[in-house]
Amino acid sequence: MKKISINLNGEVRYIYVEPNDVLLDVLRDKLGIKSPKSGCERGDCGACAVLIDGKSVRSCLVLAIEVDGQEITTIEGLSKNGLTPLQESFIEHNAFQCGFCAPGVTISATELLNKNPQPNREEIQEAIAGNLCRCTGYESIIEAIEKIAKK
Amino acid sequence: MKEYKYIGKPEIRIDGKEKVSGAAIYTDDINFGPDLLYAFIVESPYAHAMINSIDTSEAEKHPEVLAVVTGKDFPYKFGLYMQDRFIFAQDRVRFIGEQVAAVVARNPKAAKKAAKLVKVDYTEIPAVIDQMEAIKEGSDLLHEDLENYDHVPWFFPKPKTNIAHWRKIRKGETQKGFDEADYILEDTYDVPRYAHCAIEYHAATGLYDKSGRLTIWASSQSPHTQRHLFAEALKPLGFTHKDVRVIAPHVGGGFGSKAGVTMEILAAAIATKVQGHPVRIMWSREQEFYNTYQRLGVKTFLKIGVKKNGRITALDHKIYWDAGAYVEYGANVVNAVGLSAIGPYNIQNASIDSVCVYTNLPPGGAYRGFGYSEFLFGLESHMTRIAKHLGIDTIEIRRVNAIREGDKTAYGANMNPNGLLKAIDAVEKEIEWHKEYKSSDPNKVIGKGFSLLWKAPAMPPNASSSCFLKFNEDASINLLVSGMDIGQGYLTVMAQIAAEVLGVPPSKIRTENPDTDRNPYEWQTVASHITWGSGNAVKKAALNAREQIFDLVVRTKHLPKDSLYLEDEKVKCTQNPNFELPLREFVIAGIQMSDGTFKGGPILGKGTFLPEFSTAKSNPETGQGGHPNVHYTTGAAAMLLEIDKQTGKMKVLKAVEAIDAGKALNPDLVKGQIIGGLVQGLATVLYEDMRYGDKGKLLNPNFTDYKIPTAKDIPEKIVPIIIEVPQPDGPFGARGVGEHTMLPAAPMVANAVADALDVRIKSMPVTAEKIVLAYLEKKNNRMLK
Ligand code: FES
Ligand code: FES
Repeated sequence: MKKISINLNGEVRYIYVEPNDVLLDVLRDKLGIKSPKSGCERGDCGACAVLIDGKSVRSCLVLAIEVDGQEITTIEGLSKNGLTPLQESFIEHNAFQCGFCAPGVTISATELLNKNPQPNREEIQEAIAGNLCRCTGYESIIEAIEKIAKK
Repeated sequence: MKEYKYIGKPEIRIDGKEKVSGAAIYTDDINFGPDLLYAFIVESPYAHAMINSIDTSEAEKHPEVLAVVTGKDFPYKFGLYMQDRFIFAQDRVRFIGEQVAAVVARNPKAAKKAAKLVKVDYTEIPAVIDQMEAIKEGSDLLHEDLENYDHVPWFFPKPKTNIAHWRKIRKGETQKGFDEADYILEDTYDVPRYAHCAIEYHAATGLYDKSGRLTIWASSQSPHTQRHLFAEALKPLGFTHKDVRVIAPHVGGGFGSKAGVTMEILAAAIATKVQGHPVRIMWSREQEFYNTYQRLGVKTFLKIGVKKNGRITALDHKIYWDAGAYVEYGANVVNAVGLSAIGPYNIQNASIDSVCVYTNLPPGGAYRGFGYSEFLFGLESHMTRIAKHLGIDTIEIRRVNAIREGDKTAYGANMNPNGLLKAIDAVEKEIEWHKEYKSSDPNKVIGKGFSLLWKAPAMPPNASSSCFLKFNEDASINLLVSGMDIGQGYLTVMAQIAAEVLGVPPSKIRTENPDTDRNPYEWQTVASHITWGSGNAVKKAALNAREQIFDLVVRTKHLPKDSLYLEDEKVKCTQNPNFELPLREFVIAGIQMSDGTFKGGPILGKGTFLPEFSTAKSNPETGQGGHPNVHYTTGAAAMLLEIDKQTGKMKVLKAVEAIDAGKALNPDLVKGQIIGGLVQGLATVLYEDMRYGDKGKLLNPNFTDYKIPTAKDIPEKIVPIIIEVPQPDGPFGARGVGEHTMLPAAPMVANAVADALDVRIKSMPVTAEKIVLAYLEKKNNRMLK
């Protein structure tokens, strides 16, 4: 067991982790942050994506011990002071159906817009290509992001 | 058409804020506290084997293990349509992954570790993994006891064979029809198995508490049906339905995989052995692939006879399903297809045999489209081939034969009002069918593909829905229904229906996922019937509440009932424009009279719906005489497909799909279904492929090896078109569209490939490799000639 500290959605949290504890499990089971989802546990689906120091990372592929001292943001953190324009746009464009992929997609899109506020369609497709969505056919997701990009 | 205030409007989803903020709770997000236990399942490594013995003693010794259970603990069967399956294998396993034992421990790692200590001694026996082999005389039997299995009365198993059900349709005189034909086309088509790939795994947590209550939290399309099956299967333990409770949080995608009962029954059963502790069971992605329902594999033999003008004179459709080791749900797919494999055509003479065959592969079950995608691949390929042979336009031949209102279906009932011809016209226009499309790249060609679609809800004749509607003090409403929002937007649409009837905006209506203790009965959220069935129940509940409101106003204000109406959360009166009575003033506390007394009380609406005209009773030899399907939803689709001649690589440039929704209660949500469904359909024909080894083991149970589309793999453009020819018995005319949207994808691609390169791919998926090989062969043949 090792004690680590992370800045999770703006709050410093201290936790004990085993060397082989996966970040996704630690977030969900030890820290009660449920928006990162498990859809494959091997880096294929993107449902578990979180921002680590602003970079979108698959939390199923990261050991908790590696993120000691880092800043982690999930969608709970994004909407701390109300929904972001991106989240509002997701609602407006029906950019989710079952919603299970939505946290991961939102994280990828947030990273994209932070880096590139005016992405074109191909750049959007590229940015979310690691997030599998079985419901929407992606069109509405792309539209929701495009709409924000144009603003 | 009447102008509605909330119906037909793109009202925003009522689960929107929840789902984008991280607040939405799915089954595995529920916190059960430190007493939670974890179950790990011991699965069969063989496709077919006898179990000689199971030794659990080592596993039981593990310090963190609380219980180890096997088939001996639960010698109970379950099955929605056919009771052919035990909760845990008894003396025999029939597919790789079948549940043999379970280990329950304080943490998942310990459960997994201890499960490895369970020793099972098997004797392998020959496995039958091909349905055509399985129906051969003398083939090894999977279920020797088939004649004793309980099943619904409309199934016809053939004892001492591997045939679990055989749906026959005999309409008109098929041989005579073929004799009259000018041209007959006969061929076979193959469709492999497919996986649903909902992104959320199956998950269930069971708690058998000290009071004797059994509660299951499950990711489910079927809370009430699950409760029913749990209660029935576990009846020997003393449960009645009231003791069993299913709570269904948000579902992260279903597509049929979470319909009926699969792994959830393990949670229910295991919980009874660790009374007082919640016990969680969750599949991994790998288990999702091999241990939930899959889409059944199928081989079809299709023969169609036509006159020179394209008019079909006869159809003979033989469909053999690889239904897997247990067909408790999948046999109904087979049944549904038997009833409808005539396609959306008016054909006088037809013979259909839809045969459900046991194999030693995982159990097949419901998958979006419920078997229709599979037979439409052959049928709609066939129609295009016939048109080409006759020199008729491929759309025209469909117009000539399209089924119209009042025409007879395969089983002799009248076809419902439908917009099939309108859909054909709309698609033809949008895709500019008669335009020549040419790629600017000389290595590439563009093909056009077309397909019709139709589908009926496949459900028992007594599948029913219900709704309670309760007003709150501020005239906001809680709507209690038991359908599931698996992403299609059900909760939102139900709110829109109640809103329309009661003049209360949808934003003031809360509809939540059900709990079988609190919410009234719903059969299941399958068959694309929920908008129609549950929508009817909600509408009736709202009308019932309105009736109570009006009665109270008549009784207290002495106004004529037929002058009253609801608008903007108020009761208003056509005869007295000054009369306005806000709902919030009386829907709970009643109306005060001049003597100070109150009349009325809380307004509670109630609505139920059961399609009383439906019956599955028919002649088993002909399928004639019943009314098994309540109605059909129809549509058409077309695409432009660009193909690289050298590599076979394909790109969908444009896809158009028109669906007759009857009435699109929320057009944005319908469009979302069209796009999502079409992409899922295209995935089955372009990307996905379940590969089994010859010993029945799935070789690609993960997203690295089983590819589903990403945002980069979608068509350049998809145009969804909504047609509205009202369904007379639907809520505001609506009928379902969810599954239909994926149906035309496969034949459309095959037809586009044939159009572009003149090669016909008759097995799914249609891969670049198949195309190139067929194309080269054709070129070589031509050179040889
Ligand atoms: S769960 Fe991490 S990528 Fe799928
Ligand atoms: S909305 Fe269901 S997986 Fe994306």
